[in-house]
Amino acid sequence: MKDSLPRSLQTTIIFLVVAGILALALGGYLGPISNSIGGSLIGLQTWFSTRFAAIQNFVTVPRDVAELRQRNAELESEVSGLQAQLIQLQQQATDSATLAALVDFSRARPGSTYKAAAVIGRDPSPFLHYVIIDIGSNAGIRRGMPVVTDKGLVGRVDAVIGNAARVQLITDPNSVVAARLESTETDSILTGSISGDLTMQMISQDTKVEPDDVVLTSGLGGAFPPDLLVGQVLGLHQRESDLFQQATVQPVVDFANLEIVLVIVDFRPVDITPLLPTPFP
Amino acid sequence: MRNILAFPILALALVFQMAVLTRLSLLSGAADLVLLVVAAWSLQERVDTAWQWSLLAGVFVGVASGLPVLVPVLGYLATTGIARLVLKRVWESPILAMFIVVFFGTMICLILTLVWASLAGGNYPAQEAFSLIILPSVLLNIVLAIPVFLLVRDLATWMYPAEEIV
Repeated sequence: MKDSLPRSLQTTIIFLVVAGILALALGGYLGPISNSIGGSLIGLQTWFSTRFAAIQNFVTVPRDVAELRQRNAELESEVSGLQAQLIQLQQQATDSATLAALVDFSRARPGSTYKAAAVIGRDPSPFLHYVIIDIGSNAGIRRGMPVVTDKGLVGRVDAVIGNAARVQLITDPNSVVAARLESTETDSILTGSISGDLTMQMISQDTKVEPDDVVLTSGLGGAFPPDLLVGQVLGLHQRESDLFQQATVQPVVDFANLEIVLVIVDFRPVDITPLLPTPFP
Repeated sequence: MRNILAFPILALALVFQMAVLTRLSLLSGAADLVLLVVAAWSLQERVDTAWQWSLLAGVFVGVASGLPVLVPVLGYLATTGIARLVLKRVWESPILAMFIVVFFGTMICLILTLVWASLAGGNYPAQEAFSLIILPSVLLNIVLAIPVFLLVRDLATWMYPAEEIV
């Protein structure tokens, strides 16, 4: 049986069968059969694929979670770094804006020489309104020099060491500034208080004071240069029984957020103490 | 060693106070970290350098502040005195003792400052001083009393380790 058909005949039969199948397939006669077989195979492959994917997920997900956690930590770290950088840049932008304003201020007043200083602290006692600045006698700072910002008067240097100085703010209860009202050219004195409010005292009763009147330094007494902006009149306390009237002044400088100030280094305060009258013994 | 360590610790407390705590004010009052450190240090039973620390703290504050040196020195010495007095009476409740010392110590320091400031001719109405500075400062100090006490207690335990029982 094995050798009943010659090899060439076997080949011919196989060729004819294959050619017949191909002809049937090309003629569309095998469509239902191939569809049913293909559908079964696709179903089988889908089944295997789904199961394999589930097993693969089961095996690989923990590793992915670890990787994702690591990646998440890296990204969080990067975000933190960027946020810190953003805050730093915002701070630099604020400083630049402040410095630009101070430069504008000093350019607008070429008659004076200024030195910029950063506020690095405040007096430890809440009774005293002083700030500490980061330049001192090494930078030419001397006691009594006026301190300003681009907005207006801040105070004057009270004590100096080599690399720092203490500035008495005009809001300090011991501070007295010779001031004047711009509108009426009336001289008076401006004192600080515990709460940081400024009070303009010794305004003569016949002076007409209006809210929003601008208050400037008068230069009297020689402690401050004249015409530095101090603030605006907020309210008036007037009683006919008093010799003088008082005005509450809103300072133009935000003393709670002082960061950079200018020291007027070419102003020498005049000590008028020897000229003050002393009581006879 | 125990006295030398007072220099960096008190200096650090003063710097932190001047740079940070003075900006976190309540009305016009502010916490006094140096006083809190002095009070907490003086309340540690094994500490034998409390007077030296309070004297040094007073000198530090007097130099950095516009106050005359005598005012903070007297204030802090009085605080240490109160602490030593309280330590003998309420030693079983150190937190309560800390509150008592901080309350009276703050009052004494600030009233001394007020007296000096008034004598110096400043505009310091007593009623305003109490409502705007003294009472808010007392409150802030009491709020900070416990964390400072715990930190200083750890420091004291480290510097004065308990003697081993043989």
